[in-house]
Amino acid sequence: MGGEAAWRLALRPGEADSRGTLFIGLGGRWRIDQGLPAPESLKDKLDASVHRIRFEAGELVEWDSGLLSFVAGICRACAERGIAVDDSELPLGAQHLLAMARAVPEHKLAARNAGPQGVFAQVGVATQDFLRGAPQMLGFLGEVTLSLLRLLAGRARFRARDLWLEIEEVGPRALPIVSVISFLVGLILAYLGADQLKLVGAQIFIADLVAIGMVREVGALMTGIIIAGRTGAAFAAQLGTMQVNEEIDAYKTLGISAIDFLVLPRMLALMLMVPLLTLYSGFIGMLAGLLVSVTIFDIGVFEYYTETLRALEFKQFAVGLSKGTVYGAMIAFAGCLRGMQCGRSAEAVGHAATSAVVTAILLITIAASIMTVVYYQLGI
Amino acid sequence: MDAVPHIEVRDLSMAYGDFIVQSGLDFVVNKGDIFIVMGGNGCGKTTLMRALVGLQRPAAGSVLYSGEDFWNATADEQQRLKRRLGILFQGGALWSSLTLAENVALPIAEYTGLPAARVDEIVAFKLALVGLAGCEDLYPAELSGGMKKRAGLARAMALDPEILVIDEPSSGLDPLTARRLDELIVELRDSLGTTIVVVTHELASILSIGNNSIYLDSESRRMIATGHPQDALKSGHPKVRHFLTRGGTA
Repeated sequence: MGGEAAWRLALRPGEADSRGTLFIGLGGRWRIDQGLPAPESLKDKLDASVHRIRFEAGELVEWDSGLLSFVAGICRACAERGIAVDDSELPLGAQHLLAMARAVPEHKLAARNAGPQGVFAQVGVATQDFLRGAPQMLGFLGEVTLSLLRLLAGRARFRARDLWLEIEEVGPRALPIVSVISFLVGLILAYLGADQLKLVGAQIFIADLVAIGMVREVGALMTGIIIAGRTGAAFAAQLGTMQVNEEIDAYKTLGISAIDFLVLPRMLALMLMVPLLTLYSGFIGMLAGLLVSVTIFDIGVFEYYTETLRALEFKQFAVGLSKGTVYGAMIAFAGCLRGMQCGRSAEAVGHAATSAVVTAILLITIAASIMTVVYYQLGI
Repeated sequence: MDAVPHIEVRDLSMAYGDFIVQSGLDFVVNKGDIFIVMGGNGCGKTTLMRALVGLQRPAAGSVLYSGEDFWNATADEQQRLKRRLGILFQGGALWSSLTLAENVALPIAEYTGLPAARVDEIVAFKLALVGLAGCEDLYPAELSGGMKKRAGLARAMALDPEILVIDEPSSGLDPLTARRLDELIVELRDSLGTTIVVVTHELASILSIGNNSIYLDSESRRMIATGHPQDALKSGHPKVRHFLTRGGTA
């Protein structure tokens, strides 16, 4: 290699006999690992006084795609301005490759999406996408409902083994993360309550707060969000990959309902396991509350225990379990919907997983608000 | 030859939104044909296949199986017509959570109500037929590309369909494996009388197994030739000859 400089670029306007010609001298090593000049720097020189350019490559030592992309960039600029290009002095190999790149004109179809869109256009496109998505969502809801009705009529067909596998994956395997989160949330609730209740000297009511809060509301919500991230995304990725592999098409062409076979076991698994996890989450939260009350706020274990029992009526469990079941259904719905809608690429699978979590959390939040208001109005 | 053709396509057009993939397709596939749908990349071969097997509703026109219009049939009739089709997808499309045996057994169990022991025997026979005896308990992820294709064929043939639709049988296979698959296809036609529709751009397959064909042109978005591939090679449309000789004659 030696100490020789990398690329050299020299511009020389043509003189008397070749007025209007710009000579572009290329020398040294034109390699992508040696740094390259930007073609833009040269484009300013291609003004109205230039009618023709000629490449001179007498001092060129080495070249690769770096030279080619630079020259091609200039050629494109020249074509736009109607300037003739003489590349006959370039190495033969370079000339051939440049000719090959020019041989097929640019695809109009491929360039269709080029260019940034304005804010209004983006909002418009997003709105159109949403409006197109809504009927799909309703259609899927209808199909799942029909499938559940078939199940009740004993005519839905799926493999029991799939259901058990999903139940194991969704339930027991989620225990560690549900335990950690529920414990910490119970801890936070207890501290939060203790601080306020201290003002009125009613710290024993920490037990009520934690018990009712965890069992009725927070347990289900936390479990829902954990399972949305853990299982909703997994469902979307699984079904999305099956879509990419044409496995779902294979079910359809055999006349086997992919909804019965794939969505139903997942839906059932979540509707069974999320309420159970909700109960578990409530229990762990109360343990955390007990720990905080006993160690920090000097409440007796037995006191806390009896107060908790007094606070917990059956209706609190009923509310928590019903919420857990609904959230489970929402997560399965969102995960399976996004998986079935998945496109046919790796990127689409990733998008499906992300979208599943977002949709699931949105649905959970909406359902939580509606149910809280309804239960309040009903006095439950 | 039957009075009513086995498969008849009338004035079929397929589109994605405003983009018309192919239009005005008219052709007939007779019983026992190995019918080749050929054309360059992006010409709409696979889209045509999806319209034939009921996966994608065409923009216009009709697909008739023994005279029955598929896309205007009720859901139950469509289901009955689909039962006559076996499909081998490009990548095999084996159900990844099931073993090979379960993959082949599922359609049989769904449609026949045979006891499990009989189903297992049929499955073992179908797998042996495609050269995969003893691979019953493997999962699709444990197979090579060629084995997946053959297993997919075993599943497509599980219910002894009258019509077998195969998307790109040779893609991703080495020449010898591809040829063995072609031989298997011809053998199935000869011994079972299955009508076979092959969507492909593999010249060796087109010229050696096909006895009828259409050529879909990607520029005019229409079919520009129909007939025996060998005839198309000798005296067909210049574009088809160009394609069948890898650009040798223009």
